[in-house]
Amino acid sequence: MKVTIKVNGVPYERDVEPRTLLAYFLREACALTGTHVGCDTSSCGCCVVVMDGATAVKSCTMFAVQADGHEILTVEGLAQGGALHPIQQAFWDKHGLQCGYCTPGMMLTSYVLLKHNPDPSESEIREGLAGNLCRCTGYQNIVKAVQQAAEAIRQPAAAGK
Amino acid sequence: MKRKEDPRFLQGKGHYVDDVTLPGMLFMALVRSTYPHAEIKSIDISEAMKVHGVKAVITGKDLEAAGLGWLPTFHGLDKQMVLAIGKVLFQYQEVAAVFAETRAAAADGAEAVQVDYEPLPVVADPFTAKKDEVILRPDRETKTNHIYHWEVGDRDRTARAIEGSPKRVRQRIWFQRCHPAPLEPCGCVAEFDTMGRLQFHVTSQAPHVYRTAISIVTGIPEDKIHVMSPDIGGGFGNKVPVYPGYVCAIVGALKLGRPVKWIETRTENLTSTGFARDYHMDIELGATPDGRLTALRVSTAADHGAFDAAADPTKYPAGMFGVVTGSYDVPVAHAEVDAYFTNKAPGGIAYRCSFRVTEASYAIERAMDILADELGIDAVELRRKNFVKKEQFPYGSALGFTYDSGDYHQTLEKALETIGYQALLKEQAEKRARGELMGIGFSTFTEVVGAGPSKHFDILGIKMFDSAEIRIHPTGAGIVRTGAKSQGQGHETTWAQIVAEELGLDPQNIMVEEGDTDTAPYGLGTYASRSTPVAGAAIATAARRVREKAKKIAAHLLEVGEGDVEWTDYKFQVKGVPARSVTMKQVAFAAYTNPGPNEPGLEATNYYDPPNMTFPNGTYIAVVEVDRETGEVTIRRFLAVDDCGTVINPLVVEGQIHGGLTEGFAIAFMQEIQYDADGNNLNTNFTDYLVPTSLETPHWETANTVTPSPHHPIGAKGVGESPNVGSPAAFVNAVIDALSPLGVRHLEMPVTRDKVWRAIRDAEAGKT
Repeated sequence: MKVTIKVNGVPYERDVEPRTLLAYFLREACALTGTHVGCDTSSCGCCVVVMDGATAVKSCTMFAVQADGHEILTVEGLAQGGALHPIQQAFWDKHGLQCGYCTPGMMLTSYVLLKHNPDPSESEIREGLAGNLCRCTGYQNIVKAVQQAAEAIRQPAAAGK
Repeated sequence: MKRKEDPRFLQGKGHYVDDVTLPGMLFMALVRSTYPHAEIKSIDISEAMKVHGVKAVITGKDLEAAGLGWLPTFHGLDKQMVLAIGKVLFQYQEVAAVFAETRAAAADGAEAVQVDYEPLPVVADPFTAKKDEVILRPDRETKTNHIYHWEVGDRDRTARAIEGSPKRVRQRIWFQRCHPAPLEPCGCVAEFDTMGRLQFHVTSQAPHVYRTAISIVTGIPEDKIHVMSPDIGGGFGNKVPVYPGYVCAIVGALKLGRPVKWIETRTENLTSTGFARDYHMDIELGATPDGRLTALRVSTAADHGAFDAAADPTKYPAGMFGVVTGSYDVPVAHAEVDAYFTNKAPGGIAYRCSFRVTEASYAIERAMDILADELGIDAVELRRKNFVKKEQFPYGSALGFTYDSGDYHQTLEKALETIGYQALLKEQAEKRARGELMGIGFSTFTEVVGAGPSKHFDILGIKMFDSAEIRIHPTGAGIVRTGAKSQGQGHETTWAQIVAEELGLDPQNIMVEEGDTDTAPYGLGTYASRSTPVAGAAIATAARRVREKAKKIAAHLLEVGEGDVEWTDYKFQVKGVPARSVTMKQVAFAAYTNPGPNEPGLEATNYYDPPNMTFPNGTYIAVVEVDRETGEVTIRRFLAVDDCGTVINPLVVEGQIHGGLTEGFAIAFMQEIQYDADGNNLNTNFTDYLVPTSLETPHWETANTVTPSPHHPIGAKGVGESPNVGSPAAFVNAVIDALSPLGVRHLEMPVTRDKVWRAIRDAEAGKT
């Protein structure tokens, strides 16, 4: 089946098997390997991408054909003009990653969380990230990173202080 | 210092094995056994070969014919089937490999392979195995399920001491089977290049050992094997063993003349790759009435599954279990382990643990609480009374270790003060008076890490040294390569910092490279908290060699004899004349442009053979509330005070502790690979084998004390595993402390809500 999916602003027109998962479409048809796959049961969230700017989806639980005509943001599209997105900067500053495998999904879930709630409390952040597993960090520094990112997005001028 | 490796991970540019794509690459899928124990009557591949895109199917018979039917396990004491030959020994065992043009076609092909099984009686636990009514491994010389007996200490003296002790406690403690479950599953890409050389990308914590093992198994000369371990999405011990899938991928690549990729699914990861623990421990302590330990005895039945694939050093089949005397000055002790085959997945790997240290630590820390309870002594007081004292180091333990350093009293007191123990005790007393269940749990553990001294430690005969090679470039930048392999531990930052500190250079310009066997010096890899104790020591030693060489060049530049030059304040100066000095950067340039009478260049290599292990330690305190109606446990506070010697990067160390505590929390409360009595695996994915999310993971409080290791070049000890080794006992001790007014003495992990609820219900029923 032919699909056209805009990924990070670039339209990808590809012929796919109907059963192709969005995760493998991104990884193999678009060669965007920042989206990871860590389980078979939609549990881990390593594959989370953003659909149409404001919805976090687990791309291993969606067929590529379901994303036909939609816009997808992957981790490769977060940084703009060579500058890290405030979420990326915050994960770096707060040591919110170790092996890096969950990191793309974790950041994109945070991206959507902050779109809907620009000033989340710690418990709102923990609830918002509960669909993303991390085996390395224990989440505490990820929570701090999301707090820093929230502040930086709300007050760009004060960012990095 | 922030981590140097992060920018690529943050931008989706990490390079993991599944990101490797080669022209003409095939995909492999494995057919796995549906039975835990069964004879294979026949395997029919005809339907599979008809699946569009399927290129080949191989079975155990094919491999056996090629002399590749079996794979030696790491310690060299057993072998494991690559693909089942004649019978299967555990559910999900590898039975056939299917090679196809796409990932999906390979999966379809695997579905289409028809295997006819004749079920055999199942042995699902070591106590049944012990009876030898069903012999699982007739392929072995000795017709028994008993694998080995290992013991250490003085059996007779310990028996006499225990029998003569005024107070004795005994407890059966099971450290349940669990699984490291790194988020990136295991996998590989195998390719034979135009020169016939194996290019092997693999998720390996020990790439050099893989190269040697692959050469031994396949007969491919070692120079014709190039192992590349790229970025690894967590390992925790799971990526130490060589798995059957790797051998199959190599065979497929050779047979079909095309690259082959195999990436296991989460289910395959949880059901067939290295599990951890599964130790049934009977521990006994003897003590005086006032709580002075007189003896310790522990006897363990270990469930090793279908093959003895425990990744322990050859001379230590039960790993470092001898550290079971913990932080306490036990006069006499005896420990023994008997291991058995069962119809379960093979493994027994060191899950964030230095070879069975977690089991040992859990046993002694639980037993100390049980003893305190029976003596009516405060659990803290009992520990204080029996700690090895600061002045006793180096301390020779009853089971043969020489503890390098520690100040257990200081670490404990710091923890008590930080958490406000007295106030907590007061609050607990008030709550107990109201019938509320609040618990305070301690774990004052000692670990043994950094394997290890070559006279004791080897894997496949290879001594457990590690290595570093440092090259300083003309501009003062440099590269360091080691035989270790980061899986998220931050080596690219920490190693650069060690070199920078030793040589007075900018860590931002010290590149770190690991995981490529063509370029890195031979090393045994990263597991068992050995990176900093062994590879870190190799880096510091190699850096000091660079400095020695640099000193000669500095003498030439300063126009004095070498004896008149000193290294001070990160530069070389003429002794006592600070005005006459040169920096390492200047010396580096001169090494290539004006070395004088010296050999040009500025580099050094070191293979570091550690003189002893290092002994990190800590005091962990958990404060919990238990809901009497529902059995729900709430972690109110958790404090970890660690002593890992010299800290190189506080950010990295804190991150390691947070992560390890979270894994310990998971083991204590939610994780178990369960098998039913018929040998069926009940925890085959993340909906049944639980990983804690951000929601239930507690807030971690951390602090530290610093007692440097006297024998390590920079005094560091290794920290990655302490939190996973130390925390389960603190959690369980806290829950039992909360339940102690009801008379509950022990619960097995995972301490789930229903277990707690049942314990409360039973205790209350017993009272009425």
